[in-house]
Amino acid sequence: MLRFALSRFASMIFVFISISILVFLIFFATPGVDPAARIAGRNADPATLAAVRHSFGLDRPLPVQYLIMMKKLFITQDLTSFVNRGQKVVPEILAATPVTISLVVGAAVLWVIFAILMGVTAAARRGRPIDPILMAVGLIMLSIPPYWLGEVTNLITQDRLHSTVFAWVPPLGYTPFSQNPTQWFLGLVLPWTVLAVGYIGLYGRVLRSSLVETYSQDFVRTAKAKGLSPRRIMLRHALRTSMITFVSLFGLDFAALLGGAALLIEVVFGLPGIGKLTYDSLENFDLPVILATVLYAAFFVVLLNAIVDLFYAVLDPRVRRV
Amino acid sequence: MGEVATLPPDGEQGGPVAADLVRGGAAGGGGAPPPPVPSPWRLAGHDLVRNKSAMASFAVLVLIVLACLAAPLYASHIAHTDPFTSNIEGTTVVNGQTVKLIQQSTQGLGLGSLPIGPTWDPGHYFLGADVQGRDVMARILYGGRNTIFIGLTSAVLICFFATIIGLVAGFFGGWIDYVISRVLDVLWAFPVYLFAISLSVVLLTSGFAIGPVHIGAGSLAVPILIITVIFIAYVARPVRGEVLTLREREFVQAGIGVGASDWRLIRRDILPNVLTTVIVFIPLMAAIAMLTESALSFLSIGVQPPNASWGTIINDGQSLLYSRPAVAIVPGVLIAVTALCLNLLGDGVRDALDPSARLRGGA
Repeated sequence: MLRFALSRFASMIFVFISISILVFLIFFATPGVDPAARIAGRNADPATLAAVRHSFGLDRPLPVQYLIMMKKLFITQDLTSFVNRGQKVVPEILAATPVTISLVVGAAVLWVIFAILMGVTAAARRGRPIDPILMAVGLIMLSIPPYWLGEVTNLITQDRLHSTVFAWVPPLGYTPFSQNPTQWFLGLVLPWTVLAVGYIGLYGRVLRSSLVETYSQDFVRTAKAKGLSPRRIMLRHALRTSMITFVSLFGLDFAALLGGAALLIEVVFGLPGIGKLTYDSLENFDLPVILATVLYAAFFVVLLNAIVDLFYAVLDPRVRRV
Repeated sequence: MGEVATLPPDGEQGGPVAADLVRGGAAGGGGAPPPPVPSPWRLAGHDLVRNKSAMASFAVLVLIVLACLAAPLYASHIAHTDPFTSNIEGTTVVNGQTVKLIQQSTQGLGLGSLPIGPTWDPGHYFLGADVQGRDVMARILYGGRNTIFIGLTSAVLICFFATIIGLVAGFFGGWIDYVISRVLDVLWAFPVYLFAISLSVVLLTSGFAIGPVHIGAGSLAVPILIITVIFIAYVARPVRGEVLTLREREFVQAGIGVGASDWRLIRRDILPNVLTTVIVFIPLMAAIAMLTESALSFLSIGVQPPNASWGTIINDGQSLLYSRPAVAIVPGVLIAVTALCLNLLGDGVRDALDPSARLRGGA
C-alpha cells in the first residue's frame, strides 16, 4: 500500500510539473505570440518593445523565465501582475478562494442529495413510469447550458418579479460569510441551484444504472434470499456498492469546479471567485494571473485525482499492483 | 463515462464495416454464402431503427440541421436582410406601419436605445433585432450552422484521434504506452475550461502556424482544435483500456499464434471490437463539444465576430436580457434541445450496440 501511495505521489508531482510547463509554453512560446507586444500595446515602437521585454524579464532564455516564474509563484510568492504593476498575484488568488469554495461546496451538497434521491428512486421503481420520467428529466437537466440557465434565472428573479416574489434575492454579487451570513446564504442559493442542476441529472443517471447493475449481482440475490427488506437491500447493500463509482466521479468534478470550472456561473452571477479572476485577467491578457490560476486549478485536480486513486486502492487491493 | 461491453468477436466472417451501421446494416459480411447469423452491425441497425426516442431525436436533429442549412435562403428570400452588417438606421414594417429598428428607450433608467422586439412576422424581424439592428432569427439560423458544425466536427475528430491513440498505446504497450499514458494523464488533469481559455487566448490573438498549416485567428478551426485537444483523453483512455483487455483474449492470442501481422491484428481483430465503443461516444461527444463551444463563445473566446454561434448570440443578448429577453432565450433553448437529442440518440446507439447494457438498464 505504501509503495502504491508513493508511486501515485510521484506521478502526481510529474503531472503537476508537466502542466506548469505546458501552461508556460502555451503563453510564452506559442509561435507568433509575443507577450511583450501585448503589454506594450498596439503599434509600440521597437525601443519601447525592447524596454518592456527587458523589464518583464522576457528577453531571457525560456527555461530561465520558467524557473524564475515558478520561484516567484511558489517560493517567494511575490509574482506580480503584468497589467496592474505591483499587484501581487498570490494574495489575489487567496482572496478569491473563499468565494469559489462557498459556491462549489454548497452546490455539491445540493447535487449529492438530489442525485442520490433521484438515482435511488428510479432504481427502486424500475420498470414503472416514474423511472423513465426521472431519467428523462435528468437528461434534460444535463443538456441545459448552465450559464444560460443562470441568465434566465437572473431574468426571472432580478427583473419585474424582483419587487414581489423574489424580493428576498439580493442584487448580483457576493457578501462574505463573516460579514453577513444571511446575505451570504441568500445570495448563493440561486448560483448553487443553477450550478447543481446539470450534475444532479448526470449523477442521478449514473447512480441509477450502477444500482441496476448491482441488483443483478449474486450478493443482492443472496440478500433477497435471506429475506431482507427491499429498503435494507437498497440502502445497505446495493447503494453502498454503487457509491464507489459515484464518489470517484464526484472527486474529479468537485476538484475541477474548485479549480475554476465554475467560471461561467461566477461570471453570470458576478461572484468574484477564481473563475471570475481568470476571466477578468483574460480580457487584459494578464499572463502571470492566468498562469497562476490555471496552476492553482491544476493543483486541485491533480491532488483530488490522487486521492480518488488512493481511495480505490484502499477499497480494492487489486488496484495496488502497479 | 459508460463502459461498453464488447460484441462477440467477429473473427473469420470478414470484419464488420462502419458503413453498415449508417446504411442500417444493408450489407452483410464479406463472404460468399449469406451467413446464418446476421452481423452484429445489422442487428444493431435494426434495434436503433426500432428505438422510438432515438428515432424521434434523430428526426428533430435533422429538422434543426436543415433549418440551419437554409439560413442563407431565409435571410435573402424571407427576411430580406443581411444578418452580418449592422443596420442601425434601418426600418421595418409592423402591422402596416413603418417603424425604426432601433428606438429610443422608454424602459428602465437609461436613455439608451432599444432594438425592436419580436414581431412574429417572418418577413419583418421575426424575433426582433439585436443592438446593431440585425435580424435575430437569421443570425440564430446562421449561428446554428457554426455551433452544430463545430460540435459534430470536433466529435468526429476527437473519436478519430482517440481511437488511433488508444489503439497504438494499448496494442504496442511498453514505452509507447507509457509515454502516451502520461500525456493523457496530463491532458486529463488539466481543468477543461481553463485549458480551453489558455489555448483560445493565445490562438485567437495570433492564429496558429505549423509548417504549411495556417489557422487564422478568427477561423472556426480554432474552437474545433481547442475542443478536440481538451476532450481527446476522455475517449482515448477507455479505448486504450479496452484494447488492453482485447489483446489478452483468445482470438487475438490465436491470431498472434498463427503469425498474423500487427496491422492485420489491429485491423481485423481489435478495431472492429473497439469501434462499438467509439461510435457510442460520437453523439455524446458532439453534445459535450457543442455545449463547450457555446460556453467559450459566450465568454467571447470561441467563435469570433462577424461569425455567429448560439453562444455568441446569448452573449449579445446579455445586454438586452431585461428588455428583449428573446435574443438570449431562443438560442439557449435550441442548444438544450439539440444537446438533449444528441444525448438521446447516443443512448439509443449504446443500447443498440450493447444489448447487455439494455438488459441491465431494463428499458
